[in-house]
Amino acid sequence: MTRDVILVLASFLACAVEMVEALTIVLAVGVTRGWRSAIAGCAAALTALAVVVAALGPALAVLPISDLRLAIGVLLLIFGLQWLRKAILRSSGYKALHDEEAIYAKQQLEARRAARADSRLDWYTFTVSFKGVFLEGLEVAFIVVTFGGAQHHVGLAAIGAAGAAVVVLVLGALVHRPLSQVPENTMKYAVGVMLTTFGIFWGGEGAGIRWPGSDAALVVLIAYVLVVSAGLVSVLRRRRATLETTPAGA
Amino acid sequence: MRQLKTFGLFWYDFIVGDDWRLAAGVVGVVAVVFVLAHHRLDVWWLLPLAIPPLLAASLLHATKDGRPPSG
Repeated sequence: MTRDVILVLASFLACAVEMVEALTIVLAVGVTRGWRSAIAGCAAALTALAVVVAALGPALAVLPISDLRLAIGVLLLIFGLQWLRKAILRSSGYKALHDEEAIYAKQQLEARRAARADSRLDWYTFTVSFKGVFLEGLEVAFIVVTFGGAQHHVGLAAIGAAGAAVVVLVLGALVHRPLSQVPENTMKYAVGVMLTTFGIFWGGEGAGIRWPGSDAALVVLIAYVLVVSAGLVSVLRRRRATLETTPAGA
Repeated sequence: MRQLKTFGLFWYDFIVGDDWRLAAGVVGVVAVVFVLAHHRLDVWWLLPLAIPPLLAASLLHATKDGRPPSG
């Protein structure tokens, strides 16, 4: 039960942050060059992603659970640490925060500059929209398939992802602007913590260990990863402050 | 051949990302846990304990000399 709730929550958060990024791209080309091709590109990408999940989900269900957890645990741990590493670098000021307004403005500028072909479908808009949704969505598909696969419950992870897709799409349709008010960087941090936690949990189970307290260990691991990452943010912030106050060449 | 290379590079960048040492460290630690657990040793604590130093090393490498990391 605990892991089911955390699984849905993690899928929801991961999908929400990726959807916010994809929405920014689709909005930028849609507002600048027209909606028909932007929506067509978005729909084509969503179809391709659905095929990926539909093909891989059932395939994972037939594999032995312990082997699957080992492989998925290692993958998730590598993938999650990558997210967490970026989130820590952002939080400590070493990497620029994700700024949807700036990305929106840049995409609009590029969309205005691109030549317009004289055809019903604007291929520039279609391609940018497709690539944006497909590449951002691929991370969600990866998370849904691995999270769901490790528990033989792809449907549960898909519910979290679908819920986030609906929320972000409704908000995007209402405001018609990039969702810059969404605390995207904090959400990315949370997703990094959850991916890393599940990676440790499933990687460990797949390798043959039994967690004390079974599923309850997940909650303890989340707190542990959170404390460790907060400590690393603090160390890097102090390190950065020291470097900034030290004169060059000293 | 070039398309295959591009495909491989995409997945490498997608999963492994900016620091291959972090990925290699994870594979190494899980392999050690696997071997010890299959020798009936209760090593549930090993994986959680090994992750912070791996992450710290990767972060310190990325922020070496205060330079911004790539990627």
